[in-house]
Amino acid sequence: MLIIVPIKQVPDTNDVRIDPETGTLIREGVPSIVNPEDRHAVEMALVLKDQAGGGKVVVVSMGPPQAEIALREMLAMGADEAILLSDRAFAGADTLATACALAHAVRQLGQYDLIICGRQAIDGDTAQVGPQLAEFLQIPQATYAQDLRLEGGKIRVERAVEGEVQVLELPLPALVTCLKEANKPRIPTLKGCIGAFREKPFQVWNASRIKVPLEQIGLKGSPTQVRRTFTPPPRGQGIVLTGDPQQAVQTLVQTLREKGIM
Amino acid sequence: MAISIDKNLCVGCGACLKVCPYDAIDLIDRKAILNDSCVHCGACVDSCKFKAILSQAGEGPRKDLSEYAGVAVFAETRGQGLAKVATELLGCGRALADTRKVGLTAFLLGHRIQGLAKDLIAHGADRVVVVDDPRLAPFRTAPFARALTSVIQQQKPEIVLIGASGIGRDLAPRVANRLKTGLTADCTGLAIEEGSGLLLQTRPAFGGNVMATIVCPHHRPQMSTVRPGVMKPLPRDDHRQGTITEAKVTIKETDLRTVVREVVRLAGKKVDLSEATVIVSGGRGVGGAKGFEGIRDLAEALGGQVGASRAAVESGWIEHDHQVGQTGKSVSPRLYIACGISGAIQHLAGIAGADFVVAVNRDAQAPIMKAADVAIVGDLHQVVPLLAAEIRRARKENAA
Ligand SMILES: Cc1cc2nc3c(=O)[nH]c(=O)nc-3n(C[C@H](O)[C@H](O)[C@H](O)COP(=O)(O)OP(=O)(O)OC[C@H]3O[C@@H](n4cnc5c(N)ncnc54)[C@H](O)[C@@H]3O)c2cc1C
Ligand SMILES: Nc1ncnc2c1ncn2[C@@H]1O[C@H](COP(=O)(O)O)[C@@H](O)[C@H]1O
Repeated sequence: MLIIVPIKQVPDTNDVRIDPETGTLIREGVPSIVNPEDRHAVEMALVLKDQAGGGKVVVVSMGPPQAEIALREMLAMGADEAILLSDRAFAGADTLATACALAHAVRQLGQYDLIICGRQAIDGDTAQVGPQLAEFLQIPQATYAQDLRLEGGKIRVERAVEGEVQVLELPLPALVTCLKEANKPRIPTLKGCIGAFREKPFQVWNASRIKVPLEQIGLKGSPTQVRRTFTPPPRGQGIVLTGDPQQAVQTLVQTLREKGIM
Repeated sequence: MAISIDKNLCVGCGACLKVCPYDAIDLIDRKAILNDSCVHCGACVDSCKFKAILSQAGEGPRKDLSEYAGVAVFAETRGQGLAKVATELLGCGRALADTRKVGLTAFLLGHRIQGLAKDLIAHGADRVVVVDDPRLAPFRTAPFARALTSVIQQQKPEIVLIGASGIGRDLAPRVANRLKTGLTADCTGLAIEEGSGLLLQTRPAFGGNVMATIVCPHHRPQMSTVRPGVMKPLPRDDHRQGTITEAKVTIKETDLRTVVREVVRLAGKKVDLSEATVIVSGGRGVGGAKGFEGIRDLAEALGGQVGASRAAVESGWIEHDHQVGQTGKSVSPRLYIACGISGAIQHLAGIAGADFVVAVNRDAQAPIMKAADVAIVGDLHQVVPLLAAEIRRARKENAA
C-alpha cells in the first residue's frame, strides 16, 4: 500500500509578533515547525500501513530548501521516503498552484492508494490544498476525517462537521484531510532519528523533474494575488468602569437598557 | 506576473490610467508608461481595447472576462431549512451587487428544496436557480461539485460566494479548481474596489495576527468562502420580488463512487454559538470548572449561551464546542460578555461580528478592555454574581 502525505513547514504562529511601528510580521527568531495537523496525517498513514500489512509512506513537501528538516522529522517519526519539491519557479504559489505542483509530483510516484493531508495549515488556514489536489488527480475526497479504516479494499471515514458525524465509504485511490482529534502523533525515537539521516531515501525534485508546465506553478500559476496585508484594526475604545463593582454593574445594566439590548 | 506596455500598439487613450488602483501609469508623449508605483497587479490589462498591455503570465488565450456579470451565492441548506450562512451571504451579496449595479442570484442545490426559493428572495435574491436531484441529498462532494460547477458555467457570474462551513470548505476548492479560477478562503470582509471593480477579499492569516486583502484580477468568477457569523443578513421581506428558474445538470456515474453510510447527529447538549444572540464567555481568569457556574448563571439570567477562550477549553474546564475565536466559533451576538479573557487577537477574531461587547477583567490594560464597549475593571468573581442579580432585578422591574 502506497500512502502519500503532503506536509508543510510553517512558522509557529504562537510566536508570530507584529512590529508595532510598521505593522508588519516579525518572523525573525520564529521557529519553523511541521504544520501540527500534518503530524496527525503522518500518524494516520503509519497506522494504516500497519493495518494493511505493509507498504510505504512517502512524505512530500513543496517549499524552500530548509523544509528538508521538516521532512527529516517525519522520516524520524516513521515515514519511509521523503521528497522535497524545491525550485524558485514554485515560489509565490497560491493554493491552486501549490496543489498543481503536488499533483504532478504524485503522478511521478506511480500507482498510489491514498493521500492524507492535514485539514489546514496554520499559516494560511485555507484548507484548500487537499481538495484542490484531489480535483487535479480526479479522485474522491473526504475532508475533516476523525477516523479512518480499511475495509475490504475501500476506506471507511468518519467526517466531523457542523455537529454531525458523516460516515463515508470511498473507493481507492482517494484523498483524506485529517483532524487533530483523529490520533496522537508518535514521538520520533532515537533510532528513528538516525535512520532519518542515514538510511532513508530523501530526494529533491525541481519543476522539470515533475514535468509541470511553468505557467501553472508559482506566482504565474496563481489566480489570486495579495493586494495588501495589515494588522487588524482595534475596535474603538468604549466606557471604562472602575471602582465600586455594584456601581459599575448598575451603570452597565442601565447602558444595556438605553441601547435596547435588554 | 509582469506587466508591460507595447508602445507601438498604445494609442494614448488613457483608459488604463483610470482603472489603475496605484496611480502607476503616466501618459507621456501620448503613450502610457508604467512608473515605479506599479505592483504588476494586472488591473489595467483588460482596460486596453488595443491589446497594448501585456501580462507575461503566458496562460494562453485570456478568458473573456466581460462575459461574466452578476453576483451569485451558494444557498447551503441544513436539514429542511436554509443554513444561517446562506442568508448572511445574501446580505453581503446584495451590497456587492448594488455597488456593481448587477443582479444577485442564489444557487439552490439539493432534493425537494424548491420551497426554500421564496425564502432566498425574501432575504435579498433577485433570482434563484434551482437544481433538484435526488442524488444531491445528503451532501456529497462529487455530485455537488459537478452541479455547482455547471450552474456557474451556465450563469457566468463575476462573483461567487460560498459559506466557509464544513460543506462550503469541502466543496468550494474543487469547484474553483474545475473552473481554474482563484478562491480566497474564510473571508471576513468583502468590498468592491473603486475603479477596477474587483472584489477585495479580506481574511485573517497567521492565526489572526495579520489581515490580508486578496484579489483575483484575471480569472472569473472571483470566488470566496465567507466565514459564518460575520456578515449580516437582511431582515426578511416577503414583498421582495424575484424569479425562480430550474437548471439542468448532468451528474455522472463516477460522481457517485462515495457512499454515505450513516449520518450521526451529535445528540444532547449541542451548543450553537454561531446563532446565539447573547453570549457570556469565560477565560483563564475564571480559574476552574467550578468558576464556570457563575458564568452559566449569568448566561441563564440573560437567556444566552456560554462561550469560552481557548485557554479555558485547553485547561479542560469546558468542552471544545464552546470555544470562541480563530480556531473556535465566529459569533455575532447582540451582546458578548467576556469574563477573565485577555483578548488575544485569535479570540478577538471570533467576536468581530458582535454588536456590543462587555469585558470584565482585573487588568485595565488587557487588550479586551480596548475592544469593549463597556469595560469593567474588577474581579469577575465579584462582578459576575452582582451582574446576574442586577439583571434579574431589572427584568422583574420591566415585567412589573
Ligand atoms: C493559531 C491559534 C489559534 C487560536 N485560536 C484561539 C481561539 O479560537 N480562541 C481563543 O480564545 N484563543 C485562541 N488562541 C489562543 C489565544 O492566543 C490566547 O492564548 C487565549 O485566547 C487566551 O485565553 P484567555 O484570555 O482566557 O487567557 P489569558 O490570556 O491568560 O487571560 C486571562 C485574563 O483573565 C484576567 N483575570 C484573571 N483573574 C481574574 C479575575 N479574578 N477577575 C477578572 N479577570 C481576571 C487576567 O487579567 C487576564 O487578562 C489561538 C492561538 C493560536 C496561536
Ligand atoms: N507547500 C505544501 N507542501 C506540501 N503540502 C502542503 C503544502 N501546502 C499545503 N499542504 C497540505 O495541504 C494541507 C492544507 O493546507 P492549506 O490549504 O494551506 O490550509 C496541509 O495540511 C498539507 O497537508
